Amino acid sequence: MRKVAEALATPLVPGDYLDLLDPMRAGADLRGRIVSITAETADSATLTIRPGRGWAGHVPGQYVRIGIDIDGVRHWRAYSLTHGDGTPDDLISITPKAIPDGVVSNHLVHMAQPGTVVMLDQAAGDFTLPEVLPERPLFITAGSGVTPVIGMFRNHLGSLRDVVHVHCAPTESAVMFRDELRGYAAASRLTLHENHDNVAGILSLTSLDELVPDWRERETWVCGPTGLLDAAESHWATAGLADQLHVERFRTSVVEPGEGGTVTFDRASVTVDADGATPILDAGEAAGVLMPSGCRMGICFGCVVTMREGAVRDLRSGEITTTDENSGDVRIQTCVNAAAGPCHLDL
Amino acid sequence: MTLAPERTTSTDSTATGPLPSTENPNMPAPGTVNSRLSVTSAEPRPQRPEFKKSGRPNPAAHLTPEQIEEIGHELDAIRAEVMESRGASDAAYIRKVIKTQRYLEMGSRAALLFSGVKYKGVRPFWWIGTAGLGVSKILENMEIGHNVMHGQWDWMRDPKIHSTAWEWDNASPSSQWKHSHNEIHHTFTNVLGRDNDLGYGILRVDEDQKWTLFYLFQPIWHVANAAIFEYSIAAYDLELGGYLAKRKRLSDEDKAEFRKNAQEVVAKIKRQATRDYVLHPALAAATFTGSTRHTLTANIVANLIRNVWTNTVIICGHFPPDIETFEKTSIEGETRGEWYLRQMLGSGNIHGSKAMHVMTGNLSHQIEHHLFPDMPSNRYAKIAPKIRDLMERHDLHYVTGSLPKQVASVYWKVVELSLPPKREGTTRRATILRAAKRAIKGKGGQGRRY
Repeated sequence: MRKVAEALATPLVPGDYLDLLDPMRAGADLRGRIVSITAETADSATLTIRPGRGWAGHVPGQYVRIGIDIDGVRHWRAYSLTHGDGTPDDLISITPKAIPDGVVSNHLVHMAQPGTVVMLDQAAGDFTLPEVLPERPLFITAGSGVTPVIGMFRNHLGSLRDVVHVHCAPTESAVMFRDELRGYAAASRLTLHENHDNVAGILSLTSLDELVPDWRERETWVCGPTGLLDAAESHWATAGLADQLHVERFRTSVVEPGEGGTVTFDRASVTVDADGATPILDAGEAAGVLMPSGCRMGICFGCVVTMREGAVRDLRSGEITTTDENSGDVRIQTCVNAAAGPCHLDL
Repeated sequence: MTLAPERTTSTDSTATGPLPSTENPNMPAPGTVNSRLSVTSAEPRPQRPEFKKSGRPNPAAHLTPEQIEEIGHELDAIRAEVMESRGASDAAYIRKVIKTQRYLEMGSRAALLFSGVKYKGVRPFWWIGTAGLGVSKILENMEIGHNVMHGQWDWMRDPKIHSTAWEWDNASPSSQWKHSHNEIHHTFTNVLGRDNDLGYGILRVDEDQKWTLFYLFQPIWHVANAAIFEYSIAAYDLELGGYLAKRKRLSDEDKAEFRKNAQEVVAKIKRQATRDYVLHPALAAATFTGSTRHTLTANIVANLIRNVWTNTVIICGHFPPDIETFEKTSIEGETRGEWYLRQMLGSGNIHGSKAMHVMTGNLSHQIEHHLFPDMPSNRYAKIAPKIRDLMERHDLHYVTGSLPKQVASVYWKVVELSLPPKREGTTRRATILRAAKRAIKGKGGQGRRY
């Protein structure tokens, strides 16, 4: 039956036609439809999404990669799932915070419209609570780093005891989920310490001894900017407690393109230093990598390969193309692009 | 594929590939970076001669290298302006065309399930289904397939509408098409002996192509080629002709590669034919309306419509009168500006309605397409006036005409150039007779070399 359908649809696949009729069906590429968008703070919002029937669920604390078309271009980013147990109809939610120059986060927070269909990946990530819930957990979050933790609270707070949450935000008004967190604290379901950087300065982990005197006895989850994560790792390591610490590294990295860089051909295990004027195609060939090629002038698209991470510059127009782990693969023409930073290619 | 013409590079026209430099392994070897990447050249470019080697006037002889560079900058700017402004409305356009085509195809195929039903002496579902399927196949091949495979929509980063992923409803596998079309034809456009699209190896469409006896019958080849166009494209992309001619001199590696490609083509043709000529007619049997045979004929006719239409459009792109051809030597060390110039002079447009443009895959804007093959096709109409103005300011002929006019001119050319050129001291008749005699004796006459 399946073979007949495939033979009828060739050179397309049956799914290409079925997608027209029902893009959310089971077996389709996973998609979701934005149901509603609610502002959280001035620069963050919660998007509620109805995922396609292939959605396999998640463990609180995990993130989902979402692919959205902005100005016609598909962009992928990862966001923590923030919805709780009680969310009706299997809706899921994410709460992005708009970062300066963040194409996707700004679009999601300020521009996206309910009804928009987005691409989804299945939930992933190991920043989760263990099956046997920890006693006396400590959560330290900063900025949008609170998003995976709010997901945990909304699902597990009822079964957790003696929870301490230290949360940092630039100002009081920038605290995401402020009312909800304070509500939990008021109901004695957790102990909350808010650190408003504009008043108290950036949180120093040495002050933990005062804030949470028993922090050494607590299994700890930390999520926030790289600075906080690095500090936490060394702080816990110094105390000899590295195995009690869980961190979630959220890369909101904006790749800074430069001139030239190391190009790594992942499958060939070859790395070359390429200058900013040499097409990657030539750099690869000179290093003996078997490169697909064609016109060598940017018109035939015979040299297109997948870039996993990195930044390249179009030698004709100066246009920069960048991607990283979260943003996902981008296909580039190697004959007209030169390295503009360290690059990883799928070759 | 190895039967392809070699690549010309700025300093070493005999190089067949990049030679690793011994001095600095991180720098490309001299001559490997394509001179066509830049409008400006490191070395001064020569003034174009007044006449081509064939004795015909050189259409760009009045332009200095500086003027050509200027034209290049102007075209780069036009390109940049469009490419930077690509956005949601362009993406919506191609998605709408794809959606329309798929619904049209499904609707037409559904109608054909009842193509045997007779009403007042006609079979309405046959006519509707056949017409719809023909139009759907044309849209799929032209505005969608051809353009997606050019990478016009790669910028959307939609893995399904991407040059590396698209497979089209045509006998030729997309990988082979991309090689012979995107790479060879678009790089070496109208260069005699390099661009096999110039007459596809079976037609003499330029006076500078050498006449042989084979071309005497080219009106027949031409019409036959149009009728089975998808298969001749497949054979052409496979370089079947070249393989048969050079078979004995090819290395085992080349032969193995040919066999691999040939298998790919045969497998694709099998899949296509099974769908059109077996499965859909069989499906029609299930409606018990006697539609099996009529679904079969509908598929044959729809493919024929597509073949003749695509051939008609494509011959208008480079074969009408006043479109220029170029000699191999003229493209050595060619800059991007000179390449632009060749694209402008080597292509011709068709003017007409918006619907006509869409049905040609916007190849009616052949000049604009050849200048910017990776520009989304819906943008060609908007830049066309700028290109025309630029060409006219530089006293370059912007070739365009209505579809009937351009088609008629090509058909006439095919007839006219089937005869040998007039030479002093002999008659055309005598030339033909001499060639025929040589052919009978088995000496040449087969050659289709330029």
